[in-house]
Amino acid sequence: MTEPGSVAAERSWPLWEVFVRARRGLSHVHVGSLHAPDATMALRNARDVYTRRQEGVSIWVVEAASITASSPAEKDSFFDPAADKVYRHPTFYDVPEDVEYL
Amino acid sequence: MYGTEVIDPDVPLNAAESADYDAALAGSAAAGERPAHASFDALIEADQRVEPRDDMPSAYRKTLIRQIAQHAHSEVIGMQPEGSWVTRAPSLRRKAILIAKVQDEAGHGLYLYSAAETLGIDRAELLDMLHDGRQKYSSIFNYPTLTWADCGAIGWLVDGAAIMNQVPLCRCSYGPYARAMIRVCKEESFHQRQGFEILWNLMRGTDAQRAMAQDAANRWWGPALMMFGPHDTGDAAQGGGHTEQSMAWGIKRFSNDDLRQRFVDMMVLQADRLGLTLPDPDLRWNEERGHWDFGAIDWDEFRRVLKGDGPCNAERISHRRRAHDEGAWVREAATAYAAKQAARATSATRSTDRLHAAEPAA
Repeated sequence: MTEPGSVAAERSWPLWEVFVRARRGLSHVHVGSLHAPDATMALRNARDVYTRRQEGVSIWVVEAASITASSPAEKDSFFDPAADKVYRHPTFYDVPEDVEYL
Repeated sequence: MYGTEVIDPDVPLNAAESADYDAALAGSAAAGERPAHASFDALIEADQRVEPRDDMPSAYRKTLIRQIAQHAHSEVIGMQPEGSWVTRAPSLRRKAILIAKVQDEAGHGLYLYSAAETLGIDRAELLDMLHDGRQKYSSIFNYPTLTWADCGAIGWLVDGAAIMNQVPLCRCSYGPYARAMIRVCKEESFHQRQGFEILWNLMRGTDAQRAMAQDAANRWWGPALMMFGPHDTGDAAQGGGHTEQSMAWGIKRFSNDDLRQRFVDMMVLQADRLGLTLPDPDLRWNEERGHWDFGAIDWDEFRRVLKGDGPCNAERISHRRRAHDEGAWVREAATAYAAKQAARATSATRSTDRLHAAEPAA
């Protein structure tokens, strides 16, 4: 077993969520997470862990604690307002089939 | 002398290149649509993914933590058998490949620890459990790598068996585990091919090199078959193993015995291409079953090695602990540096605040 000091130090490292942009023109996509003492180390480690095969041209790291997420328990009521608004989709509308470019 | 042989690119070398892997990828993409009011049972019933913040039975959570941790530990310990050959690889090309492979294993361990952490356990705690023997890793890594050919046999047989086990896990019901496995499988594919290539070259070398390749295959074949775990079909299905529950939960998709059979069927043909003889006198094609029959597995040896009495158990754990302890100062320094930078940033903000406060309001 290691001395308690180092374990405690590592345990205190925050969790960072990693987002990678695969190519120019694409958005950053969440690829995973890692622990690091600070943002610079998080970025460096994210490069080594998640882009060993040129999977990205840009990386974001975000402290997991800074992310506010919607609650799965409230999922239904939270997303409910959009459920009855089918008229937001183009397929809702009856239009003659022979009109071009519509 | 290495690397000029051409391997037929049309023959799928492993499961990661087969239709199974594509099906798993498509399956995980289709799993995006979730039914409303998704309880755990409803999600499992509908073959949907369970995500970290969903309600789940504590037994499901515990099973996953145990399995993912054991998997992560295997990746981390799995760096050692081949890592010991990095300094002795026969060419610069082989050395670069081996380093990349060992680095991949470290990465796979990290993907998996991250997946385990989404279940509410700390990585440091998992490492403690590995170091003091409360959690296990795959028994295959308790065998020694005696010759260079062992690096070939590990890539070909051990990584081949691992891929066979792991491809169905890309469709595991727990989202973070499934996503980690998709990454892992994609990378494992090179591991198996480089192992095959090592053996392919040795088999086209001198008599001594051929003998070395055959000796490695002889030693790794049995342990590779054990990687699929104990029998869990037929009479053994009543044995009280984890298979039935894990399959009901969508963690496991195929029985140990099914996966082992698929592996044997695939490897017999590859061994033939290599010109290697698999060390099993009972190996023969069974027309009726449409599969290769194979001989009994030495389960006493399996249990002995799993319990800690394998050739390298003590060495693997003590090496792992030493690496962890010797890295402690790096982790401590990084923590101290981060604390110092944070303190500086805070005091800089404070003095900027004071400056702004001194300025007249516009």
